[in-house]
Amino acid sequence: MRENFRIVSTALSALALIGAIGFSATVSADDMEEGKKLAFNKKKGNCLACHLIPGGDQPGNIAPPLIGMKARFPDKAKLRTQIEEPRTANPNSMMPPFKAHGVLSEKEIDKVVDFIYSL
Amino acid sequence: MRKIIGAAALVSLMLSPLLTAQASTPAEDREAFREYFKKNMPSDDLADYKNGIYAFNKDARAQWEEIEEFPPYEIQLDEGEELWDKKFANGKSFESCLGKLDTIRAKYPHFDEKNDTIVTLEGSINKCLTENGEKPLKWKKGKMASLSGYIARAANGQKIKVEVKGDKALAWYNKGKNFFYAKRGQLNLSCADCHVYNASKWIRGDNLGPALGHPTHFPVFRSKWGELGTLHRRYGGCNKQVRAKPFKAQSDEYKALEYFQAVMSDGLEINGPGARK
Repeated sequence: MRENFRIVSTALSALALIGAIGFSATVSADDMEEGKKLAFNKKKGNCLACHLIPGGDQPGNIAPPLIGMKARFPDKAKLRTQIEEPRTANPNSMMPPFKAHGVLSEKEIDKVVDFIYSL
Repeated sequence: MRKIIGAAALVSLMLSPLLTAQASTPAEDREAFREYFKKNMPSDDLADYKNGIYAFNKDARAQWEEIEEFPPYEIQLDEGEELWDKKFANGKSFESCLGKLDTIRAKYPHFDEKNDTIVTLEGSINKCLTENGEKPLKWKKGKMASLSGYIARAANGQKIKVEVKGDKALAWYNKGKNFFYAKRGQLNLSCADCHVYNASKWIRGDNLGPALGHPTHFPVFRSKWGELGTLHRRYGGCNKQVRAKPFKAQSDEYKALEYFQAVMSDGLEINGPGARK
């Protein structure tokens, strides 16, 4: 029984891995470019107001530079939570609650997360 | 087990005076506020905070000093002087209501016990006009800002002096304090988020101004406006920037905020009108 379980779980992990690779591969260059635009746009993500981002002019220095994101967020879902709802990690966060306050739509958040994760 | 419960009860008993401690007084708040800036900002010369970001941005300071050689608000100070000198239709003047020119600015804002409100300089200017049968001025710019600027200039070098006396005054102070620390707008930012915790830092190409010293240099000439504007005009702009609906100039909200800010900057020199980006 236990042996079967191990086989199933290994198989599931492998599937998940393939899925993840498949997923990241589906981020098109266009979507990535769109994500960058949203992140840089003053009326949308405006990430540059506070964060240094490679390729962005006149970044703010209120919050940490957005570099080495995969190392800082091995779990991409955590990065998404941080962007969607920064109050999860810190109730007094200065970072706007992008989802709850409707600053960005769900789809826009998808693209911004993909872009930021690529940094 | 019983011992543990007993010990826990004892500890909680010892802690309870701390937990039920009284809210801090305005004087204590002010001390903590000043200490925060002294410890956490690039400059510990607190008197220099009347100059906003010029207290720590040398390049901006050099540009500003050049601007001040031929102040862009000079024309409006002339207009303020004319308004000040002009007699009302009934023969009276601003001096009849407000007193001698160089004694005015430092009296504001203050708490009015009888009417349970905060009295601002701009509020008194318009009260003076209406009580003498004249038309009131628009609150945020133009003639109001010119006159306010002329009155501020006459008080340069004097110090902000605000006292919070009595429960009603304290309630106004607390209203302003709450406004200052409350998150607001779509961007969910409090005044303190930018102007205390991140003062002096860069937000894109701009330095965030320190809240300590905010009220000293108003009305202010902003290059963005190309003219003088009152403190409440700036409050409205700030609220819009965090995507909140601004309150009206001279609303209770902004009067309370001005009062709180003046208490925090108590003892700093009045140096209005200032010039900012």
